[in-house]
Amino acid sequence: MAHDSKRPSPKGKKVSLFVTCMIDMMYPETGMSVVNILEHLGIEVDFPMAQTCCGQPAYNSGYRSESKQVAIQFLKAFKDSEVIVTPSGSCAAMVLHEYPVLFEDDPQWKAEAERIVSITWEFTEFLVDGLGITDLKARLPQPTTFAFHDSCHGMRLLGLGQAARTLLGNVENATIAELNEHEVCCGFGGLFSVKMADVSGAMLQKKVNNINASAASIIITGDSSCLTQMNGGLSRKGSSKKVRHIADILAEGLVGEGK
Amino acid sequence: MKVESQNFIPAAQIAIRNPNIQEAVTTGTRNSYVKRNLAMSTPTLEHGEAMRQQAAEAKRRALRNLPDLLEKAEANMKANGITVEWAQSSQEVCRLVVEIAKKHNVHLVAKSKSMVTEEVALNDVLEAEGMEVIETDLGEFIVQIGKTHPSHLLAPIIHMTKPEIRDLMVKELGMTPTDDAGEMTKFAQAHLRHYFLEADMGISGGNFILAETGSICLVTNEGNGRMCTTLPRVHIAIVGIEKVVETVKDYATLTQVLPRSGTGQVMTVYTHMINGPRQPGESDGPEHVYVILVDNGRTNIYDTDYAEALACIRCGACQNACPVYRSTGGHAYGWVYAGPIGAIVTPLLVGMENASPLPQASSLCGACKQVCPVNIDIPRMLLDLRHDLVERGETSKIWDIGIKFWAIGNKSPRLFQIGGAMARFGRNHVLKNNFPGPLGGWTDYRDFPNFAPKSFHQLWKERQAAKNTNNGGANNG
Repeated sequence: MAHDSKRPSPKGKKVSLFVTCMIDMMYPETGMSVVNILEHLGIEVDFPMAQTCCGQPAYNSGYRSESKQVAIQFLKAFKDSEVIVTPSGSCAAMVLHEYPVLFEDDPQWKAEAERIVSITWEFTEFLVDGLGITDLKARLPQPTTFAFHDSCHGMRLLGLGQAARTLLGNVENATIAELNEHEVCCGFGGLFSVKMADVSGAMLQKKVNNINASAASIIITGDSSCLTQMNGGLSRKGSSKKVRHIADILAEGLVGEGK
Repeated sequence: MKVESQNFIPAAQIAIRNPNIQEAVTTGTRNSYVKRNLAMSTPTLEHGEAMRQQAAEAKRRALRNLPDLLEKAEANMKANGITVEWAQSSQEVCRLVVEIAKKHNVHLVAKSKSMVTEEVALNDVLEAEGMEVIETDLGEFIVQIGKTHPSHLLAPIIHMTKPEIRDLMVKELGMTPTDDAGEMTKFAQAHLRHYFLEADMGISGGNFILAETGSICLVTNEGNGRMCTTLPRVHIAIVGIEKVVETVKDYATLTQVLPRSGTGQVMTVYTHMINGPRQPGESDGPEHVYVILVDNGRTNIYDTDYAEALACIRCGACQNACPVYRSTGGHAYGWVYAGPIGAIVTPLLVGMENASPLPQASSLCGACKQVCPVNIDIPRMLLDLRHDLVERGETSKIWDIGIKFWAIGNKSPRLFQIGGAMARFGRNHVLKNNFPGPLGGWTDYRDFPNFAPKSFHQLWKERQAAKNTNNGGANNG
């Protein structure tokens, strides 16, 4: 059983935010950006306090039993949720693609895992594909040139990419430029970045070179993990460019009255 | 070939710090990747996807019926006058080739490009038996005179820059120095010509074996394959058992995607269908044609969940697309098959304990699956292999313990927040910009930001408390 893109429409339902462990600890303002955007759209948002992590770090390293223990906590935390939205293509892909594998032979949790899979959305696809919202009527305070880095799991497992471009494309004062090799991995890969640090570092260096060569001053991604990798590399190399989360840029455009 | 895959991490580090490898591999892979993308989206991307799906299905069908197809292929090849041999191990392959060579009094062997002969280290055995062996594919020839190994499925010397190749040819062959690739090729052709004419035996691989017609199919670009399989008295095709497909139509389907995926060509320069030895009245062709069908661990894969890996048609597209391969080149993988497909088939063929770093050598970005002409789910298999490594206890203890603690901290909401607070304190107040132990790899290449002063959990709690205060405490959020 693989992720079925034909999830029931999330329109009119209360949203539970899965903020992701990384945003929780390192970038909580990105979580708040998501809340602000959803509330701006009149959507009721709750934050189940029992949430932790989706289990991906252990899963991708082969530790399925440990991953499953954490995934069960995810199922418990969101047991009352109608719709789950998360500002990460990678964590969304973990739920949508790997929970079916993880719980395939588990009579106790399989049904609940299937229910969770049917209500989970990545943030930009939730807005565009789930709700049909393509224009947030947002306006940035300064004209800014952006480029997209397509994070691997979101792009290749969930087909993401267009939704974020559509949303940002409709923001006033936002110009979108090209990033060469925007579809090539930044080298993060979770624990890969420390287990195979040299290889990950070499991949990052190519990404940093491409970012520095881009006309954009800000690179947009939908994953704070790739963001951490790329900003870590940019800062180490003394680059003035920054990678930022799509939710933060969109939320900034809503401050004030928008356009 | 000796397996050195356990050495992946230090070997990768050496390759990453070698500017020649970086320049050569980056350029080579990028060119092929760009050409592949263009070829597979012409006239439309949908057309390319449809070709991939058809090719994937043709190979899956062949794999499902593999035992029957092998028997059918054997019968039809025999009917065509081809002698069919079966080899279970690399030793058996070498023994059979030596026997055939001795039977036909062979002294000089001309080889066309073949990865399976690299796999079984055939050249070493033939040379030990006193035969002269010459590689006639240009890249393989450079590999041979450089006494190294191919680093890519299609482009054996993708890791070398032009000046390196020039210097090697000057040193080993006495070529007059030139930087003109055309001149270098001409020199190699002239050098190789007499070997073709004088060779007693030609050895080739095989891209496909057609069960319904008993044909050996070869797709090549240099013409050397045709020379090796037609000029010498004896031709041996050494082919993995997974290369059998059912019909000519399947072959047509697969040769649509193979060159497009590998080199971006719609069609290779040469396409051979070999249907047996020279017949009475024919003016050329070998007197004897042998096919050695090689198992060498493949049936062990066939019986597992990894059987799909046998669908690989060795196009090299996953290597060109892989950001890890692009950074390390192929030699770091330590055996014949490098890149994403190598990270799967190497541990499966040579034993997990001899290639345990390879399944970890991926960020799981999925570019390999995206370009695979037969849609092998390489990332899925890498995940499964990593799981196997954990189950077999072949992971490092420090990660085993680390992940156990991580799980304890993440299955309890309370411990999650305590753990988060500790990590915040550690990062923001204790650690400098060089992390200790196994985490040190991170700060070798990048900075790590401080944790936020307050977690989202805390911010949310405060937000709800403020709301409740504003609402006179009537609403508990």
